[in-house]
Amino acid sequence: MATMQFDLVSPERRLASMEVSEVQIPGADGDLTAMPDHAPLITTLRPGVLRAIGAEGEKAYFVTGGFADVAGPSATILAERALPVDEVTGDLVEELISASETRRSNASDETADAAAKYHADLTSALDAIVGR
Amino acid sequence: MPSLKDLKNRIETVKSTRKITKAMQMVAAAKLRRAQEAAEMARPYAERMEAVMSGLAQAVGNAEGAPRLLAGTGEDKVHLLVVMTSERGLCGGFNSSIARLARQRIQKLLGEGKTVKILTVGKKGREQLRRDYSDHMIGHVDLSDVKRVGYANASDIASDVLNRFDAGEFDVATIFYNHFQSVISQIPTAQQIIPASFDDAEAAEGGTLYDYEPSEEAVLEDLLPRGVATQIFTALLENGASEQGARMSAMDNATRNAGEMIDKLTIQYNRSRQAVITNELIEIISGAEAL
Repeated sequence: MATMQFDLVSPERRLASMEVSEVQIPGADGDLTAMPDHAPLITTLRPGVLRAIGAEGEKAYFVTGGFADVAGPSATILAERALPVDEVTGDLVEELISASETRRSNASDETADAAAKYHADLTSALDAIVGR
Repeated sequence: MPSLKDLKNRIETVKSTRKITKAMQMVAAAKLRRAQEAAEMARPYAERMEAVMSGLAQAVGNAEGAPRLLAGTGEDKVHLLVVMTSERGLCGGFNSSIARLARQRIQKLLGEGKTVKILTVGKKGREQLRRDYSDHMIGHVDLSDVKRVGYANASDIASDVLNRFDAGEFDVATIFYNHFQSVISQIPTAQQIIPASFDDAEAAEGGTLYDYEPSEEAVLEDLLPRGVATQIFTALLENGASEQGARMSAMDNATRNAGEMIDKLTIQYNRSRQAVITNELIEIISGAEAL
């Protein structure tokens, strides 16, 4: 099976770098799956779960945002904050939700929509993880 | 002429100073390694970010209605200088070299009749600049409680800067930090972060035609603030490594100087002890001869 290079980097470190056959990306306008030789694409991310499927099985990561750079033989995810789904803890969930709520309540008219969307995406992503 | 006891005390003092500087050097060496690793790990993100942004900037940059973070406010009157220094001293010329560069820039801008605002990160730089430019200071970020600089710190500074920019407080923002070259050489660097500036040559390389989702403008809009945070984060990490490097070489020098001083003092001590002994002998001998 064809594979592609998958890199997941956060500002602080490289979280993953491996050969995968497909990556499921929570894009800002909806989920998408990148497979080898995907057309070059740059998309922003919404909070959600990123899945990389390779020879070693499926790896799931929770990302809060950032963007994905998909180009032919490689997919690079630059995540603002990312960690393996197994490491999502109750404390983190609460921290993220309260930060998002503060942001939403402080949002001006222009940014209210974006903040509300962020909050909705965040809560549904976290619900999905916690409700497993 | 100091007495023998004075000399002995003096030698002891210098010895314990040497122990301290030696320990500080070793601590700095360990911290330097960690700081370098952190800088190393942050590099892929920063590089990728820069590449994507410069590609985008070329595509969108010249169009009407480009984001203000990229195109600027169209004016060049008010400059914000973000001066990043360390929280602790005893690191050689580390802080002074940044302060000097910042001071030169401030003088130049003031000479051109521009308004200058200063945001300091790290207490040492604030102390140095406060003397001359306290009227220009608009804020200070204290990182003294932060053990390890994380992206969250950079992102806080960035959002402070961005809020001020949105409020129209300044037109151009520049960060000042020390670029880590090696343990003995740190280069004070000024880098303009708002409006974003890119190396054109670098952008030309990434020739792939991308699809942008949702749209080029939307992606760029989302990316630019992140870019500011990333640049600040990179600068903080470089600064962290530079600080430890500077401290390491400063403490290495101090340790060596203390060693030289101990040698000199020991010679002086031995000589005066010998002089005392000789004196006593002369007294005994001349006493014996007198009998």
